[in-house]
Amino acid sequence: MVQNIIDVRNLSKSFDISSKEPGLKGTIKHFFRRQTKSLKVIKDISFEIKEGEIVGFLGANGAGKTTILKMLCGLIYPSEGSILVSGYLPFRRKENFLKNITLIMGQKQQLIWDLPPIESFYLNASIYDLDKFEAKKRIKKLSEMLEIDEELFIPVRKLSLGQRMKSELLAALIHEPNILFLDEPTLGLDINAQRNLRKFLQKYNKETNATICLTSHYMKDITSLCKRVICVHEGAISYDGKLDLLLKKLSPVKEILIVCRSEEDAIKLENSGFTVKNKIKNEITIKIENNSITSSLKSILNNFDIEDLYINEPPIDEVIGKVLIKKEYEI
Amino acid sequence: MKSNLINSKIFTLLKVQYSNMLEYRVEIALWAISGIIPFFMLNIWTNNNLNESINISDVMLSRYFLCAFFVRQFSVVWVVFSFEEDSLMGKVSPYLIQPLNPFFRYFAQHLAEQITRFPFALIIALFFFIFNPESIWIPNLGILLLSIVSTFLSFLIQFLIQSIVACLCFWTEKASSIERLLFIPTLFLSGLLAPVVSFPAHVKSWIYLTPFPYLIDFPANLLSGNETNITGGLGMQILWIFLLFPLFKKIWSEGTKKYTAMGS
Repeated sequence: MVQNIIDVRNLSKSFDISSKEPGLKGTIKHFFRRQTKSLKVIKDISFEIKEGEIVGFLGANGAGKTTILKMLCGLIYPSEGSILVSGYLPFRRKENFLKNITLIMGQKQQLIWDLPPIESFYLNASIYDLDKFEAKKRIKKLSEMLEIDEELFIPVRKLSLGQRMKSELLAALIHEPNILFLDEPTLGLDINAQRNLRKFLQKYNKETNATICLTSHYMKDITSLCKRVICVHEGAISYDGKLDLLLKKLSPVKEILIVCRSEEDAIKLENSGFTVKNKIKNEITIKIENNSITSSLKSILNNFDIEDLYINEPPIDEVIGKVLIKKEYEI
Repeated sequence: MKSNLINSKIFTLLKVQYSNMLEYRVEIALWAISGIIPFFMLNIWTNNNLNESINISDVMLSRYFLCAFFVRQFSVVWVVFSFEEDSLMGKVSPYLIQPLNPFFRYFAQHLAEQITRFPFALIIALFFFIFNPESIWIPNLGILLLSIVSTFLSFLIQFLIQSIVACLCFWTEKASSIERLLFIPTLFLSGLLAPVVSFPAHVKSWIYLTPFPYLIDFPANLLSGNETNITGGLGMQILWIFLLFPLFKKIWSEGTKKYTAMGS
């Protein structure tokens, strides 16, 4: 039985936010009497993550995904509830806990800007108590996996965003953590760099059985890496479960464009009881429920003279977009 | 074992930060030149014969201000500004989840900067001696070593004071404004503008209870060969470090609970 590596119970987080009315009057009022209010950004959430799982956190901007990751890795202190990661309370930041995790933020960097990445790698290796021989071995292995070589010796400021992101990953993984917190790791990368990064993460997960918690606004990251997603809406969990179940729930029907041999066949098909979206001459688009798609297509192919047939999957971004604005999804 | 590991981390940090600082050698030369306030003060003191009132000869006074320049060069601290910026921009976040307190990075940065600054400070001293040949002297080895220790302790005191102030940005976000308040007593009471001995006796007795005279006045007097209480001075420096270090640890531990990882 696979063990839970992350256990979150009734977790909440509040921030004190000061607000100011616009204009000079508001500014003066703000100067003399600052008004602060407590804003609950994470509201009583609970979930578990098993060892080796890749879980995607989905949500609109400001939903609370990054705040959850920050609490899981011990960067910020929870207001209420409990978190156990790998048996540790993250916020205590015990050395053994910190040696087990890593946090990669797409928009933040830890590499020293004016030096080649290799200097930061050796520095991190030393911080994580790796000797030079072991560090060299891991740098070689990870740089091969990430397909970076000459870039290791070029000052960070002269690297492209993709090269920099790969180097950031290498710096963050040199201590071979078994829990990875990735906050929008593909932000700003081109399509090829995004694909390479996803391939790398899949490989890393497969080779090390590392647990990966990921937030991303690129749906391709989520669909190709995560079997399970946790949807966050205004600080609360609106869905926690398998991604394919969510997709089925959100788009229960598929649209099928059928090109008939003749217009008569199209008319016959139109009157045969299927839900028709539209019909133009011998082309007809019908809607079929996901659970009856095989039997329906079989019947159409047997009973009508069909020239061609196209199944239209709804765009994943559109489907997931529905999740981001809804409070709760029950599957 | 643990201290060996920390030493190895610090040594690697120092090496990397030194490489980084060498990228900024021109800037560091300019910073070194910008620290010549003691020479201006020397000029004011000698032109107005102010040294007569405190019974210090011209030569000893010029040596004092040269030493004040050296001590200042190797004890200058800016951690509050670096930490405040990193904290507000969220740059400190990746360092907070590494098994090494982020302040070690700033500490190594300062030491590396001092090593880079050293040759420039020597060149400035050389020019000083060309224009003031009567001030040339060679301190004995014991005094030189004690002065180096004392300058390092002065750096530690300033680093701890600024680190404590820097931690306040977990609460106020603009901790550097508090540091600016501290800059005034540092400027006047540390011996940068005038040797502390020049203050009235009743004021002096109060000044010696603060950490400020041990930042520049004491190490500069020690190095220049002026009369000073070596044991008392070093003792007070160590005492201030022992008082400030636990305070820093406490404020760090409370402050990180308030950290909101803004900007990341």
